[in-house]
Amino acid sequence: MTDYREMWSGLGLDLQTHDAVLEIVGKMYGEVYMSQKNRPKGMEYFDFVMSEIHGLRIKELMDAKAEGRKIIGTFCVFVPEELILAVNGISVGLCAGAELAFDAAEQFIPRNTCALIKSAFGFKLAKVCPYIESADLIVGENTCDGKKKAYESYKDLVGNLYVMDLPQVKSSEGKVLLKAEYQKFAKKLEELSGNKITKESLQKGIEIVNSKRKAIKRLSDLRTANPTPISGLDALLINQVYFYDDPIRFTNSVNALCDELELRIKTGVGVFSNKTPRILVSGCPMAVPNWKIPQIIETSNATIVGEEMCTGERGTRNFVANENLSTEEMINAIVDRYFNIDCAIFTPNNERYENIKQMAKQYKADGVIYYSLQFCQPYQNESISIEKMLEKEGIPVLNIDTDYSSEDIGQLKTRIEAFIERIKS
Amino acid sequence: MGSVPSTYLITNYMISAGIDIGSRTIKLVILSENIITFEQVVDNSFNTMEICNKLLDGKNYDKITSTGYGRHLFADYYECDVISEIKAFSLGIRSVFPNVRTILDIGGQDTKAISLDEQGKVKKFEMNDKCAAGTGRFLEIMAMALRYNLDQFSTAALSVNEKESISSMCTVFAESEVVSMIGKGYDRNKISRGIHFSIINRAINMLKKVNIEDDIAFVGGVANNIAIKVLLSEILGKKIYVPNNPQTIGAIGCAIYN
Ligand code: SF4
Ligand code: SF4
Repeated sequence: MTDYREMWSGLGLDLQTHDAVLEIVGKMYGEVYMSQKNRPKGMEYFDFVMSEIHGLRIKELMDAKAEGRKIIGTFCVFVPEELILAVNGISVGLCAGAELAFDAAEQFIPRNTCALIKSAFGFKLAKVCPYIESADLIVGENTCDGKKKAYESYKDLVGNLYVMDLPQVKSSEGKVLLKAEYQKFAKKLEELSGNKITKESLQKGIEIVNSKRKAIKRLSDLRTANPTPISGLDALLINQVYFYDDPIRFTNSVNALCDELELRIKTGVGVFSNKTPRILVSGCPMAVPNWKIPQIIETSNATIVGEEMCTGERGTRNFVANENLSTEEMINAIVDRYFNIDCAIFTPNNERYENIKQMAKQYKADGVIYYSLQFCQPYQNESISIEKMLEKEGIPVLNIDTDYSSEDIGQLKTRIEAFIERIKS
Repeated sequence: MGSVPSTYLITNYMISAGIDIGSRTIKLVILSENIITFEQVVDNSFNTMEICNKLLDGKNYDKITSTGYGRHLFADYYECDVISEIKAFSLGIRSVFPNVRTILDIGGQDTKAISLDEQGKVKKFEMNDKCAAGTGRFLEIMAMALRYNLDQFSTAALSVNEKESISSMCTVFAESEVVSMIGKGYDRNKISRGIHFSIINRAINMLKKVNIEDDIAFVGGVANNIAIKVLLSEILGKKIYVPNNPQTIGAIGCAIYN
């Protein structure tokens, strides 16, 4: 293994804590991922990416920085990667999925803050995230109250935070606001990078991201097969790596994997038997290394066939139109695409209800497991009406409130097993 | 060993065992030709498997199914099927009370509410999350703080009509609340009633979430507590059924599952 210690300490990481984190995550990865049976060969690429997520990938980012490219860290799928690519920047996701330094985080944000936000603070305060440290700009957004208020103090911690406003209503005024914010963001990116967004550069940016989303769509469509050719855990991992990896290489790797999966489907090869109950998981994002719920599901004789979340279809569905458009029109097309995101911070959020129903049908889900992070008001709120809606349609729902700790795993296992028994009976 | 109602119907005549490995106790039931031939509840310890081995030593059965929080551990050592407590309770309870559609289980460390459809299939269920609030453990600790044994504790709660309300559901805070109430000279009986009410309120919340369908079967170790049964029935205006041995319903469910 290459020694990255110099690079890490150059970034200001706390090497001791960082070593410990890498060890724990590595061990978790082994237990959760490498113990799976019948994995497609194409997953080897993603295993490799994961093993080098703080190594080779960071090295690539450092090399890119040396060439003058800018790294833009994001916390939300509302930040348009197309614009970042159009100034030759690199977009990386900063959300974290592990309980680390929460006590230190609670010096800045209240205890009843969701784990996703807490870990963004924890990872910064414990100095263990090379992505945060290598970012030239960190983009926050006014989404839920938790994040909105947290950014006020995060700003002081990171020093290079840019906050984007977002609408909360899907009205024409809301769309105007989103467009104005994207234009402001575009300008900020131009200033930061010294590169102008041109028709060509924007078109290229859109193409790269569209291809990436198309590859994910292809993967998702293949998961409608029974038996499913890939585990939900592996599919989630791909959706997580989506936020870190080089977009073009990522797209090629997903497509190569899909070729293999098509062959699997043709020959009837699956990961689990075709009698295995199929679950759609819906709710809050799952950031690396948050594999808690999927692992319990897939070790309880069920499989996940879709993710209705930002590390999943909410983040990747819909493409940006880009045929023969002027720069202005392309910006509009970007606004159109992102304005459709059905995040629970919107009110009302009717599209989401329709999308969940549609996904349950498309992926032939036998049940929906709704996952909220504790203290996430937007998603917890919607969980209640979504459960009612789906149960009325005859789709069983299990509503789970949890966090990143492992304390409730026993309880969750009982609940999930009982839910799967319910589906089977 | 409780008497056996004729409703313990199973169609096949194999000897069938069920084991429910809870956090506080382990229950074993053996059924043979519709009849419970063996039924025992023993305390769990640090070494769960040792206790299971002892419990099963010399027992004869064709098949065994496990449930409870130690169900998977058990399956590492014994050839068996594994089912969740929810399923085990629903199977077990319907064999005793064939028409019951709502189950409340309060065990050592968790509380569950289950609603069944007419066929006895699980429709909805709720469970407490990680903490022990409102469970058997909570009751034990509160009884200890009041220097009562569990029977005295329940009798005390029924001996008065008024209660001292406990505001905290957290075991740790509730305990210090109780200690300070005793210090201030509050009536121990009223405190006992207040504690029972706080458990009942929590249980009712959970029951409401799954919808209360007619009468309620109350199982788990805490179902041995008369005060909870009586007060719950009063508050809800529903009949509460408690089986002869409320602790072994899960194990019976496992034996039926085989
Ligand atoms: S859940 Fe909403 S706020 Fe969070 S990343 Fe997704 S779109 Fe952004
Ligand atoms: S999980 Fe919920 S509370 Fe947390 S950042 Fe996302 S929307 Fe906000």
